[in-house]
Amino acid sequence: MIEEVLIPKLGVVTDIRIDTPDVKTFRVVAPDGKKVFEHIPGQCAMLSIPGVGEAMFSITSSPTNTEFMEFSIKKCGCLTDWLHHMEVGQQVTIRGPYGNGFPVDTVFKGKNLLFIAGGIGLAPLRSVINYVRHYRDSYGTIDIVYGSRSMDDLVDYKEIINEWCVEEGVNVHLTIDREQEGWDGHVGFVPNYVKELGFDTNKTVIICGPPIMIKFTLAGLSELGFDKTQVFTTMELKMKCGVGKCGRCNIGSKYVCKDGPVFRCDELDELPNEY
Amino acid sequence: MVKISFEKLNSLFEKISEKYDLFVPTKKNDGQSYFEKWEQGKTVSDDLNTVRSAKDFFFPQHEDIVSFKLDGKNIEITDERREVRPFVMFGVRACDVRSFSILDKVFLSEPVDTFYKAKREKGIVISLACQKPSETCFCTTFGIDPTEPEGDIRAWKGNDCYYLEGVTEKGNALLSELSLEECDRTEVDAQIENTKKILDRLPLGKLDTDSFGGDKLKELFDSEKWASLSESCLGCGTCTFVCPTCQCYDIKDFETGHGVKRYRCWDSCMYSDFTKMAHGNPRLTQLERFRQRFMHKLVYFPANNSGEFGCVGCGRCLNKCPISMNIVKVMKTLKGEN
Repeated sequence: MIEEVLIPKLGVVTDIRIDTPDVKTFRVVAPDGKKVFEHIPGQCAMLSIPGVGEAMFSITSSPTNTEFMEFSIKKCGCLTDWLHHMEVGQQVTIRGPYGNGFPVDTVFKGKNLLFIAGGIGLAPLRSVINYVRHYRDSYGTIDIVYGSRSMDDLVDYKEIINEWCVEEGVNVHLTIDREQEGWDGHVGFVPNYVKELGFDTNKTVIICGPPIMIKFTLAGLSELGFDKTQVFTTMELKMKCGVGKCGRCNIGSKYVCKDGPVFRCDELDELPNEY
Repeated sequence: MVKISFEKLNSLFEKISEKYDLFVPTKKNDGQSYFEKWEQGKTVSDDLNTVRSAKDFFFPQHEDIVSFKLDGKNIEITDERREVRPFVMFGVRACDVRSFSILDKVFLSEPVDTFYKAKREKGIVISLACQKPSETCFCTTFGIDPTEPEGDIRAWKGNDCYYLEGVTEKGNALLSELSLEECDRTEVDAQIENTKKILDRLPLGKLDTDSFGGDKLKELFDSEKWASLSESCLGCGTCTFVCPTCQCYDIKDFETGHGVKRYRCWDSCMYSDFTKMAHGNPRLTQLERFRQRFMHKLVYFPANNSGEFGCVGCGRCLNKCPISMNIVKVMKTLKGEN
């Protein structure tokens, strides 16, 4: 019988990393130990525990990782709560990849890139960051502004410190919302920090985070002289099918699961403000 | 063109039933018509609309997708797709037949929905021309000709017989199996002419659609009129359930006691939890949900489908909405006619 997209494949959780008090990163492979499928940065997958639920998650690992896929998941509902309580070896169901992904091999090629993320919003961007780091010569400078509520809420702090921060040509700017013992870095909200850093407009911006952070950061970028056509973001709405048929993740005539989740900010302006 | 007399209809149905599951619109005790599997004694209802549209045949209210067996940390996945028995639908009205081509655009576009496709391939549609269109009919607004409906075979009800004409290859193949009596079109042509006179006088037959379409997104979305239009909407979802083109669905899991069944079922954009996520809901009030339904049919669907509207003018929502709100009122109000 021909393949049906709604029928999932099996995945096995081979590693669980505790990133923050409410974010864990799950490593998933097929039962034969290989990757379940290939993806491009920014694409998503439907993960499910039968009987509990099925939901869309961004694939946080880079496609250049040939061994496995990773998902950084924040505990915030029924399914994510269950996922946070499972142990290594647990099988899950998985289908995808879904969505358009970031234009890493076209628009981003040769550009200076500025990543701006807040909280769990780093999850979809991590895939892009590690992809462009892998193909370092194809891109210009890389700036990463990442903020979270506290030091403990920075997702995969280890990788940021041990890999990103020490890499030449990668500038990492971390910030947390409030003063904290043991933190000698910047304190303050992401939108203000972006303005303080005062980036040159010769950059393509990739942004993801809480809606309120995106809203104020976009305003800040505009003050710095950035045009909306330079800014890309990734959206999240409730999804069931993942292929533009079940009818719920639309913003106007666009389905986030199929036409997105990645949108250029001027494209979003053409759509109704219902997200 | 061939014909079958009313007296011989039962034997024809019997013959079709040998190879196919045959469904016909029949009147139930509640005085309304529903498609039911034909068996001796069941007669074809003359009602224009069945209560539930014919979309049920290809997109049933619920269907199993897959089942799971859970054993400790392990999961076993079983494909729940089943062979579809060939079936014939007799007496589908022009509006409902057009809804199939609208649903095709959703379910047969890549990636193809294999559940839908399997049923679509195995189903043969015998449409039935309308003779007495009702005041709530407005299929002609959307370019549908109820005197000459689409379908694999089209039929007209004459004075003492049904006239049948093959339209598609599938339809012609079935007709050739049935070896019916050849006839001329005289009575059919007279009926069409007569029906067209009625169609010309229908109050909603020529609604103006110029104000709608994919290019009218912002102005219609931002219209102040949605507030008053949606004010009394109960969010019951009746309109979406009887609508032949509404195709939103949910995917749910059901614990059977010895495993988990995953099924899909109709859902409705009129419901509050349709878009509700752990972190919030982009359509918080009935206004947003109400607007979504009509924007989808009149703007979003045409934007993605070369201008085709997502309504076939069957009139079911006009008859069934408990607060008498419907797409005709919405169109007229948005245009400034109400």
